[in-house]
Amino acid sequence: MQKLDSKIPDGPLAEKWSRYKAGLRLVNAANKKKIEIIVVGSGLAGSSAASALGELGYKVKVFCFQDSPRRAHSVAAQGGINAAKNYKNDNDSIYRLFHDMMKGGDYRAREANVYRAAEVSNDVIDHFTALGVPFARDYGGSLDTRSFGGVQVSRTFYAKGQTGQQCLLGTYSSLNRQIAKGTVKMFPRRDMLDVVIVDGKARGIITRNLLTGEIERHSAHAVVLATGGYGTVFYLSTLGLGSNASAAWSAYKKGAVFANPSFIQIHPTSIPVLNDYQCKLTLMSESLRNDGRVWVPKEKGDKRHPTEIPEEERDYYLERRYPAFGNLVPRDVASRAAKERCDAGYGVGDTGLSVYLDFKDAIEAQGEKAIRDKYGNLFEMYEKITGINPYKQPMRIYPAGHYTMGGLWVDYNLMTTIPGLFAIGESNFSDHGANRLGASSLMQCCGDGYFILPNTISDYLADDIRTGKIPVESKAFDEAAHASADKVKRIMAVNGKQTASSFHKRLGKIMWDHCGMRRDADGLKKGLELLDELEKEFWADICIPGSENDYNQELEKALKVADFFEVGRLMCEDALQREESCGAHFREEHQTETGEAKRNDAEYAYVGAWEYQGADEKPKLHKEPLKFEFVEVKERSYK
Amino acid sequence: MDFTLKIWRQEHAKAKGGFKTYPLKDVSPEMSFLEMLDYLNMQLIEGGDVPVTFEHDCREGICGTCGLYINGRPHGPMRNTTTCELHMREFTDGETIVIEPWRASAFPVIKDLAVDRSSFERIMHAGGFISTNTGCAPEANSSPISKHISDKAFDAAACIGCGACVAACKNSSAMLFAAAKIAQYAMIPQGKVEGKERVDQMVQQMDAEGFGFCSNTYGCEFDCPKGISVDFIALMNREFFSAKVCSQKRQ
Amino acid sequence: MALAGIFLMLFLVFHLATNLLMLAGDGGAAFGNAVEFLTTNPAVKIMEYVLFAGFLIHILLGVALQWQNYRARPVKYHKALKTETSRFSRFMFHTGVIIFIFLVIHLVNFFFVKLGWVSIPGEAGEVADRYDFFGMAEVMFSNAWYVAGYILAFVFLGFHLKHAFQSSFQSLGLNHTRYTPAIKVIGTIYALAISVGFSVIPLYFYFIH
Repeated sequence: MQKLDSKIPDGPLAEKWSRYKAGLRLVNAANKKKIEIIVVGSGLAGSSAASALGELGYKVKVFCFQDSPRRAHSVAAQGGINAAKNYKNDNDSIYRLFHDMMKGGDYRAREANVYRAAEVSNDVIDHFTALGVPFARDYGGSLDTRSFGGVQVSRTFYAKGQTGQQCLLGTYSSLNRQIAKGTVKMFPRRDMLDVVIVDGKARGIITRNLLTGEIERHSAHAVVLATGGYGTVFYLSTLGLGSNASAAWSAYKKGAVFANPSFIQIHPTSIPVLNDYQCKLTLMSESLRNDGRVWVPKEKGDKRHPTEIPEEERDYYLERRYPAFGNLVPRDVASRAAKERCDAGYGVGDTGLSVYLDFKDAIEAQGEKAIRDKYGNLFEMYEKITGINPYKQPMRIYPAGHYTMGGLWVDYNLMTTIPGLFAIGESNFSDHGANRLGASSLMQCCGDGYFILPNTISDYLADDIRTGKIPVESKAFDEAAHASADKVKRIMAVNGKQTASSFHKRLGKIMWDHCGMRRDADGLKKGLELLDELEKEFWADICIPGSENDYNQELEKALKVADFFEVGRLMCEDALQREESCGAHFREEHQTETGEAKRNDAEYAYVGAWEYQGADEKPKLHKEPLKFEFVEVKERSYK
Repeated sequence: MDFTLKIWRQEHAKAKGGFKTYPLKDVSPEMSFLEMLDYLNMQLIEGGDVPVTFEHDCREGICGTCGLYINGRPHGPMRNTTTCELHMREFTDGETIVIEPWRASAFPVIKDLAVDRSSFERIMHAGGFISTNTGCAPEANSSPISKHISDKAFDAAACIGCGACVAACKNSSAMLFAAAKIAQYAMIPQGKVEGKERVDQMVQQMDAEGFGFCSNTYGCEFDCPKGISVDFIALMNREFFSAKVCSQKRQ
Repeated sequence: MALAGIFLMLFLVFHLATNLLMLAGDGGAAFGNAVEFLTTNPAVKIMEYVLFAGFLIHILLGVALQWQNYRARPVKYHKALKTETSRFSRFMFHTGVIIFIFLVIHLVNFFFVKLGWVSIPGEAGEVADRYDFFGMAEVMFSNAWYVAGYILAFVFLGFHLKHAFQSSFQSLGLNHTRYTPAIKVIGTIYALAISVGFSVIPLYFYFIH
């Protein structure tokens, strides 16, 4: 493979995108009708891209594994969506949003991409408002904002604790409009098994119809992956149980380079594990840290009821360690601080693996009603799950796997290293560096889908106006379809004893213990060994009841878990090669005296992009150097 | 805790289904209802049986995928709670729990407890949107909307499309589902522009899907996991009449 | 459904008001005057047809809806719905059927007599002519079984109306956070007034007259 070309345009930061855009080629309206585009995934990125492309006049086919695009896991985002509107007059600007994201990402993101994401953020808010998304408003009728972790301005637009749901329903509505118009055709209940490459270009996908088990072929002139992250590699995560890495992974195995796989965000405020059969951790929005104070007892192993522990015996460790940002430090910092306290023996709850998030002071200062108005649904959710009333006693929280900054490597056009294969939203790597700031993911997904991809993909498709329909009867399609069918047959044929979930659970534990919040070389190497062993066991002992030609949920799970072994390995490899601590990636060997992450800009200011070399070969690492022309690279301090 | 589960099993859409009884021991009260079913499935698989098919995804009450009819109540005995948020501590030890799929002709059973809710999709295709193209939106704060109205619109928009309203209605009516979307848009200025066409087309599609008619028993509101109010149904009715009476005949 | 229902509810008020004239204690003189007016005025004649149309629409729609609603759930639940709803609302069709049966009997006993389709009840001379409804009431309500059946029918009518009143407002979209609670209270009062009001008449004839 040739050198990675990020295609970052020259020129001043603020003009890069507009200048670049002006130079992009177009496809005229009559030709658009002849061009087909496949979008895989129907979350914020997928449905916004599909609807924008449909509006332009392309023929779009959208695939999702759910029964409806409205159920994609973007729906579960709680806190909000960022935009540089400066509605609070707190001196916010596109540059400041860009700067916060660069700093929040610990200087491991591309300047030009991040600036562009910040630039289109305002358009996203305008568009959502026009689509009828009911963002919170103040009494004068204008849009309200709130603060989020890692920034000092109030730029997060929200709809109670259900911003993701409301935004997704917004993109879903624009998708529905296109479906009604006939420009978009929806294919729900499909798992993508492979991407088809014809003459070096992505020209289609192979899917499995989840209800009938049929292996289907779908062709198009370009393929867009909007398949989200791979956080379920930890088994216990805040993601939906169906979320998976398989689509992106099939692209990786077909030659798309995978960037920064070890950059995975552990969210600090999730409800801790309550029982052995738990398969899901529920997030409590980061917005809660606006009013909640995080603490543990000063005394080790203090088993008193939290309300009986007097003020002076509580350690508000975030406020103590980071006085400037206090409880609003970024997620990676807050997660590690919680883990540090729990590992040191100060954790609370039966397992000692949780810390308190306390609203007592906020309720005293603002009254219970004000708190209920802001976080009512989150408090209810907490009470339903734990049976504890958080108005009366503090919540217990613990970090959980959440978001993957890493993903398919893309250039400035959001195209992967396979021509014609694009990756948007969480499935690409480009905008969040080594750590994502709260409320930036919704912003990036919708920016990619509505405002960036439709322009860049047209430039690519300008070459395809004479291509004509791509046939599904070709050697490339045959091979891909047969390979997919074989994989299904092979896994069904194992006929062992253990369930896919039990393997997934063990896999998750390996990843959490060896490639989680804190990593070291020995642990990572050990993790790699354990993964190999477990994978062997999986292929010898996986049990899938029922038939492959039927609605078979166990088969779906097993296919996903099979890919997660490989994902896990790549994560460990990447974490191992990155001999520094940055953002969510924390190597024990590289920390300051006070236990903060210690970056190594001289040697590691690059994107680590991995190229698949074959099943038993070690993947090849490519390095895309990161240049910082518009921000001063500093030690990231929230003290 | 120990339970006796009586679960509807049906191999495929056209198969004849029936109840099967499964005793389940050592269930933790901290388990969610779906974790309890996972636990059952694990035992079934290990015992060489075919596990129970039930749909779920986010497991935090927001995606709307899960939905079981538990002991005579959609989403089980707790109000404002989806099946995935329901925990076993709400049941009594030794209880028999009867689990059925949603029942409606517009929600045919696919397998076991999974039903096909694509009828909801088609209602949405008929008009569940505001026709605005990407890039033509005015500045977001250019038209203020009263906080009261905006909050109301949010309450309507909170629908997760799970179908509990249909399951809870003695007539299998989808009025609350359609009304939630219609009302959300009817209340805000952006949505009013095409309000009449929207209500007309969505109601038409709803009727075409074979849902029952509303007889105002309000079971939908009682069992809606998001507590969506039947006031929105009244609002939809008002919109519908005004569309029928006032709108121009379409060409 | 709701419009026809509201029309019928207005009719009931009017019917009750007329009937209550029987209790005036003047041997049915005031009532007789009202009957005379109602049986001779041409406008009332027209309204009579409208009323029948109202009944017919309400009944036919009710049956059609019930059929549709029945078909909307071809496979019933094994465990009956435990969703909390008002009992009155769940049994609208059932109470409707009972009221319909009563209506038929009622028409046979009074309206068909007026038309001359059915012979005048009672011994010769007890009822003056086929317009002497007061006389007919005297004869009918001397039978304890008839009185009981009549009252029972109005209890069911009350149940029907209890839901019908506010439901019709909901169906027409006449809903308001401020007024809807009042409508519900008025609905209950209305349902009580109709069923008690109509029930007083046979009791009056049976025990007092």
